[in-house]
Amino acid sequence: MSTTKTLALPAGLPAPNQEPLTKPYWEGTRAGKLVIQRCGGCGAHQWGPEWLCHRCHSFDLGWEEVAPRGRIWSWQRPHHPVHPALTGHGPYTIVLVELPHAGKVRMVGNLLCASDAKVEIGADVEAVFEPHDEADPPYTLVQWKVVD
Amino acid sequence: MSERTLRGKVAIAGIGETAYYKHGQSPDAEFKLALRAVLAACEDAGIDPREVDGFASYGDDRSQAVRLAAALGIKELRFSNMHWGGGGGGVAASVANAAAAVHSGLANCVIAFRSLAQGQFARYGLSRLGDTAKDDDAFLAPYGLISPAQRFAMKITRFMTEHGIRHEALRSIAMASYHHAQNNPRAVMHGRPLTEEKYDASRWIIEPFHRLFDCCQENDGAGAVLVVPADRAKDLPHRPTYLLGTAQGGHHRSAAPVHNAPEYASAHFPTVAKNMWAMARLGPQDVDVVQAYENFTGGVLLSLVEHGFVDPRTANQFLVPENLFAPSGKMPLNTSGGNLAECYMHGLEMVNEAVRQLRGTANNQVPDAEIVAVLGGPMVTPVSSLVLGTEATL
Ligand SMILES: [Zn+2]
Repeated sequence: MSTTKTLALPAGLPAPNQEPLTKPYWEGTRAGKLVIQRCGGCGAHQWGPEWLCHRCHSFDLGWEEVAPRGRIWSWQRPHHPVHPALTGHGPYTIVLVELPHAGKVRMVGNLLCASDAKVEIGADVEAVFEPHDEADPPYTLVQWKVVD
Repeated sequence: MSERTLRGKVAIAGIGETAYYKHGQSPDAEFKLALRAVLAACEDAGIDPREVDGFASYGDDRSQAVRLAAALGIKELRFSNMHWGGGGGGVAASVANAAAAVHSGLANCVIAFRSLAQGQFARYGLSRLGDTAKDDDAFLAPYGLISPAQRFAMKITRFMTEHGIRHEALRSIAMASYHHAQNNPRAVMHGRPLTEEKYDASRWIIEPFHRLFDCCQENDGAGAVLVVPADRAKDLPHRPTYLLGTAQGGHHRSAAPVHNAPEYASAHFPTVAKNMWAMARLGPQDVDVVQAYENFTGGVLLSLVEHGFVDPRTANQFLVPENLFAPSGKMPLNTSGGNLAECYMHGLEMVNEAVRQLRGTANNQVPDAEIVAVLGGPMVTPVSSLVLGTEATL
């Protein structure tokens, strides 16, 4: 497991609300684990969290740790600051990461890279856990870096 | 059993709009703008506003039907309807809902409208989140994915990269809107032409496909159309414009959480376009003029592709300015200036423009236009679109 003390983006962006439906995910990231929903009825992975399995309509959705690896499905690099915390920060990179070994679910995070780095769709990436210990309640985000 | 369709059953008898303003510049309150647009549409149709008996809108419009009905002193309210979903995804759906009400006998004379004074309320392009982000936003906002442009950008990156479509194709879409606005005195960007050089030099909003001129403005104003049964429209002042086909909705799990829609790189029209063409008994080859909602130019590309107007394999060759300019382009696009350059009235201005083209009264008139398509706000979900035609197309 890989963690970082440096924040990808400046402090002050909204913190994730840890709701009953999503709490197991946030408990997982605090422990350095990537956990997503897996259906007890049909075995399918599901993301983002929902009360019902969209395939078999079972409410028996459990949570399972998955390997913190994926590949870039798409990306963007915002320049224009849309939140006061981002004013003056400059461009940053957002990636949509597909987890091929977990039902091809996709997750959103920041790509840890230079602000002018070339980004390739299909590139292999691995998760980097970014704890926000000072927050109340504390939470840990999941960022991504390209695998060399 | 009779065929279940709206084809040819209703007409748009009147169109109305306020003056269009840069955001924050409207001297009138948002509700007053709505009233002005409704009255203008009634006057255009030659119908007493007290005869209106229904209102349909979208995008969480703040001008409620009951308040409009009271303010206008209408005799009887028989239909009030708000279409779910944000932005302009519901623009065609509001007309469709008005049409369904009129055709089914729920109401007789229904206004579809949008009123928007963003200067008086929160702006769309800036974060409206508090200290914590809920639901989907909990997995997006902490990573700086907040604005509408950012919610859609990765669809566009994926589609354009997959198909090798160049940014110049999007530039042509922006050029078409600004070109047409120069001939339209109503347009907010009238007198402010766009050149390729100016576009290329404009700042990045989001790499790799959103420069400043790829993004819509924010504006103040209101627009309205009046929907009546087809047979009534024949006795009114203007050449009738008929609804030929319309559809709304989204394809399989288009709203799946956290960017997990199976068909991700989409404007969400695959099934909606199919259903619209089926009702209209037409296809893209039959259309004379296209109004395609620009929230972002990339969304226009996706929506043109999903309605069959553009083949992704030839998009680079086809999406050049001369093909998109009225009167002689192969596919005149956004002939009033659209959201980018006429006014960001969440697409209602495009319905008005479609009617003008069919009446022969547009500022950038396409000669003998008989069929016009309006593709509503792309990439949100649900989306909606419609196609209108003259009497000859019935
Ligand atoms: Zn299941």
